[in-house]
Amino acid sequence: MYNLIGAGLIVIGGGIGLGQIGGKAMESIARQPEAAGKIQTAMIIIGALLEGLAFGALILGK
Amino acid sequence: METLLNDFSPGLFFMQLVILIILLFLMKKFAWKPILNSLEERETGIEDALKAAENARKEMQNLQADNDRLIKEARAERDAMMKEAREIKDSIISEAKEDAKEVTSALIEKAQASIQQEKQSALAEIKKSVAELSIGIAETVIKKELSNKKDQLELVEGILKDVTLN
Amino acid sequence: MKIAQKTIRFLTIAVIAVITSTTFASEADRKDHPQKDGGQVNTQAEVKAYIKHHLKDSHDFTFFSYSTDSGERKHFGFSLPVIIWSSEGLVAFMSSEFHHNDDGHVIVEKKGLKFAKIHSQIYEIDKGATVVSFDEAHHATNAHKTLDFSITKSVVGILFAGLLMFLGFSRLAKQYKTREVPKGFGRVLEPLVIYVRDEIARPNIGEKKYKKFMSFLLTVFFFIWILNLLGLTPLGFNVTGQIAVTVCLALFTMVIYLTNGTRDFWAHTLWMPGVPYILRPILAIIELAGFILIKPFSLLVRLFANITAGHFVVMSLIALMVTLKEAFGPVASTGISLALALFIMVIEILVAFLQAFIFTMLSSLFIGMAVEEHEHH
Repeated sequence: MYNLIGAGLIVIGGGIGLGQIGGKAMESIARQPEAAGKIQTAMIIIGALLEGLAFGALILGK
Repeated sequence: METLLNDFSPGLFFMQLVILIILLFLMKKFAWKPILNSLEERETGIEDALKAAENARKEMQNLQADNDRLIKEARAERDAMMKEAREIKDSIISEAKEDAKEVTSALIEKAQASIQQEKQSALAEIKKSVAELSIGIAETVIKKELSNKKDQLELVEGILKDVTLN
Repeated sequence: MKIAQKTIRFLTIAVIAVITSTTFASEADRKDHPQKDGGQVNTQAEVKAYIKHHLKDSHDFTFFSYSTDSGERKHFGFSLPVIIWSSEGLVAFMSSEFHHNDDGHVIVEKKGLKFAKIHSQIYEIDKGATVVSFDEAHHATNAHKTLDFSITKSVVGILFAGLLMFLGFSRLAKQYKTREVPKGFGRVLEPLVIYVRDEIARPNIGEKKYKKFMSFLLTVFFFIWILNLLGLTPLGFNVTGQIAVTVCLALFTMVIYLTNGTRDFWAHTLWMPGVPYILRPILAIIELAGFILIKPFSLLVRLFANITAGHFVVMSLIALMVTLKEAFGPVASTGISLALALFIMVIEILVAFLQAFIFTMLSSLFIGMAVEEHEHH
């Protein structure tokens, strides 16, 4: 039961973070479409780091 | 974490390690090295070819520039020659004009001088003939009045001296 | 052409081997634990157990199973060798001797030792006992795990992926001897190699040093990608979702960046310049923990969790067909599950590439951190 609550909290946190990353990346691509490739790569890396954090927490709690 | 540790199979880990090391070695020897080397070779080849093309282009440009320069020089020379020729022509014409002017003025002067002379002599002749004519007239006129021919001539001469023609 | 012929011959041999072994394997049934419905997966609990079973490694290669009218369970596939380091030394036998039993009821006797398979793991039963006894949490009380070097399904998958990689890329390498530009399938592979080199290795490691690590990065990239994609085929591999495999890959990365660290890297890790002296040991602990524990851990967990979660979601959505049948009827439930599974499957194909990319990218990023030469001020 507590596991599930913890997992929910992790997913909320991760979702907020991913939303921030994606939103800001979209904004910056809209602002500078010529740098889209670089922004995308950076976005994916940051997303992956966040994902690693969230998954790590999920697995540790399991 | 517990289930994760429980699922971890040391045997599979070992197999994966061995296979990965063998795979790395084989791939490095038979695939990645030849592939990366030939890719690099091709890229340097392309780069060299591009550089050569760039050099050729620059040379062409230089040649073109040379040609342009030569053409410009030739044109300038031609222009200079034309200008000189024109100047020479102008000077010749003006000299000729000058000469012609001198000649004509000299001729005119001469003509004027001879005209003057002719005029003088003609006048003198006219004077003389007028005098003779007038004497003859006067003689005939005055014959009746003047008997002395000598006095009459003196008189006419005196009058003629006072009355100069022109 | 010769290689193609060889491949075809290899495949025919493999197919013959499969067919002959299936007759052998299909004899298997569960005499001691007969299920009334012949092992069909109907309820939610059964679906969950089935998915759990799939996510684990398996000692035999089953393409599909079905039940005859008499309730007998038939498996179509082939068995694989089991190789165990037990208390009596190396023991080897075929997995068909377990008769597809996975809960410790079939016991195999070799070299005077008794072995049972419980949840895809081989247990050695303690001397004197004849049956595995379980406690309440379903842990075996009188048996212990063995070191299992079996050629499991995952090992077959690893070998298969390695073979595919080796055949594909050694052919590409051979093509360069005779021609400048590759033809055929090489035209697909070459841009991928260039992509890994120019988009992943070069910008992260640096122009001077990237060449040394190219072999590792390329091997890992294609290895993970091929295995991720194999996991999406109906063959049912789940290799990159095995924690042992991802641990091995992450450890490889860690060893590479730790052994190639420059003096600058160690100086900055252990005795950070420009920081008050009191803080330096604390920073050193944090940095060391980061490089030795956290970074490899995040690498291995990310890959493992992504693939596991992907398989779990796809299989659960396919299982909707069964679990929603009563509520919506067979047609609607099949339609729902098909649409959702197709959608997630497309995403999973993207994830298969993305995870290979991320693993390689982060590996090269960490290697880049270790080999970087700092400018001294």
